[in-house]
Amino acid sequence: MPWDEGLVNSLVYDAPSPTEGRVLAYPKAINEALDLALGRDARVFVLGQGVDDPSAMFGTSRGLKEKYGGDRVFDTPVAEESMMGVSAGAAMNGMRPVFMHNRPDFILLAFNQLVNHAAKYHYMDNGRSIVPMVVWAAIGRGWGSGPQHSQSIQGLLLGVPGLKIVMPSTPHDAKGLLLSSIADNNPVLVFEHRWLMKKDGIVPEGYYTVALGKGIYRRRGADLTIVGASHAIELAQQAANKVAAERIDCEVIDLRTVKPLDHGIIQESLEKTGRLLVVDTSWMMGGVCAEIGCLAAERWIHLLKGPVRRIGLPDVPSPAGFALEQFYYPNVDRISGVIREMFR
Amino acid sequence: MLRIRLIEEEIERRYHQDRMKTPIHLAIGQEATAVGCCAAMRDTDLAYASHRTHGLYLAKGGDLKAMLSEMHCRANGCAGSRGGSMHLIDFSVGMAGTSAIVAGSVPCATGAALAARMQGTDRVVAVFFGEAATEEGVLSECLNFAALKQLPIIFFCENNFYSVQSPLAVRQPSRELTRWGEAHAMRAVRVDGTNVLDVYEAAKEAVARAREGAGPTFVEARVYRFRAHGGAGDDSKTGYRDIAERESWEKHCPVEGFYSLIKAASLIDESRREAMQQTILREILEAFEHALSSPDPTEEDLYRHVYAD
Repeated sequence: MPWDEGLVNSLVYDAPSPTEGRVLAYPKAINEALDLALGRDARVFVLGQGVDDPSAMFGTSRGLKEKYGGDRVFDTPVAEESMMGVSAGAAMNGMRPVFMHNRPDFILLAFNQLVNHAAKYHYMDNGRSIVPMVVWAAIGRGWGSGPQHSQSIQGLLLGVPGLKIVMPSTPHDAKGLLLSSIADNNPVLVFEHRWLMKKDGIVPEGYYTVALGKGIYRRRGADLTIVGASHAIELAQQAANKVAAERIDCEVIDLRTVKPLDHGIIQESLEKTGRLLVVDTSWMMGGVCAEIGCLAAERWIHLLKGPVRRIGLPDVPSPAGFALEQFYYPNVDRISGVIREMFR
Repeated sequence: MLRIRLIEEEIERRYHQDRMKTPIHLAIGQEATAVGCCAAMRDTDLAYASHRTHGLYLAKGGDLKAMLSEMHCRANGCAGSRGGSMHLIDFSVGMAGTSAIVAGSVPCATGAALAARMQGTDRVVAVFFGEAATEEGVLSECLNFAALKQLPIIFFCENNFYSVQSPLAVRQPSRELTRWGEAHAMRAVRVDGTNVLDVYEAAKEAVARAREGAGPTFVEARVYRFRAHGGAGDDSKTGYRDIAERESWEKHCPVEGFYSLIKAASLIDESRREAMQQTILREILEAFEHALSSPDPTEEDLYRHVYAD
């Protein structure tokens, strides 16, 4: 889709300097994580619709079947619910599946096995079994695929005890968080973002992990705390750079995982700035924006100098059309506009 | 079978006392399926159940005291009071998982069979479900996948002709349920689920085939539950099924049928049965006393095991 490629390619990412380390493309970082996990642990296997096809999940699974064989890296029937349950059952019996989806929308077919089963077994059998599985999917935007092919569903899953939700924003984190997720003994959802696939970054060689449940400061500042994850952080950083020229000094916190949520880092920042803006790739209602907004009202109201603001998606399905999408999704201008309003 | 029957009858007898604050789904009348199949399995083989767990749990060798503690919501229940009667598990004997969602266990069991294969073991998995599970699409998905990968699994369909109070005829067109298996290029057999020896023979063959890598089998066992879908007693008088229908099935009681058979073969007599029964009743009484004197879980227990370390 040329218009889509055009949009993605028009993104301005800060080019990493090779003097700081090895520069790697985002999908390659994920590919490296999968390769390392398969190589070091015979319990790991990778499955998903088209996981071994020529497009190889944005390139993330390229070459893995050739290297590890079709028993450990395999295409599946178009049967989302059963494959989610098969992954859970295999995980409960000593394996570590990585179940990949091109689009999160297809995970909705598997909510029964994900929410009613995978998330529950450890609790339901009093801690006896563990369900170490990873469910991976890439959020879409700008590809004209509309309401059933572009959704960002982390908010729907945020309230499900037993699940973890990872949302990386850099190639470094995509690799390290995925390796952490595979090593974790719980069902972990990893939501990547299609637009980040074009981002290069410094990625260390070999095995390393990035801890789940710990946020990181992407930018230090004194006036405003911006909190989010995934592609929303990329937009927030660019907006922060923009308003810096207007002497608004933003702190940007990349949560890295939205469940578990790093409360500590948000509080620490708010104690300094007293202003909170939450950004997310998904709907504002009932999701990451809503939860953090609620925490602010409940725990940190005494720290706040003004109302909490949130920037996510309106309470509207993801539209297909190019023009409608421009109104729908947050962009750098909209975020910087809201930041300015917060200081008016 | 006699032990399962007596345990469930005692549960039923005491249920009105309201000390077992858990829904119950009695398997009275359906004992032969679990017993026949588990007799063909090893402890290391895995069994997965639906919501009607009591019979399978006991047939697989699950601990009675832990079961009754679970049913009394006690801390030392087999699931620490997080599961209740629909989630009886005992990993030490391969009672590996259950689901309160009709076909819910089936994918998980299929995944267990995939793991057994990938790990190079000769472990076999049996998953039990009611005939209504064939109406949930995920069962077909699993049959397809298990046949595709030739997994070591037995899809054990207990056809008792009712889903809660809805008869099979209002839910499915008239057809042999074994065709669900056949449609997925899978060996499918039908057995008399009230006859434990028939079930055993079918299960023995299915287990052997699974173990030697010859792939999955779909088994339809026709049975009848003598009690309501849930709770104590029969509910036929509400009108969804004929009392006469139940009475005619009661003539095919798995326990009495097998007893007549072994009695005719002089393998047992009245006095031996009576002695067995007394031993079982003592065990049951002891297990109830154990459960009733066991501690309740604490508030701290509520928060345990949401996540694994």
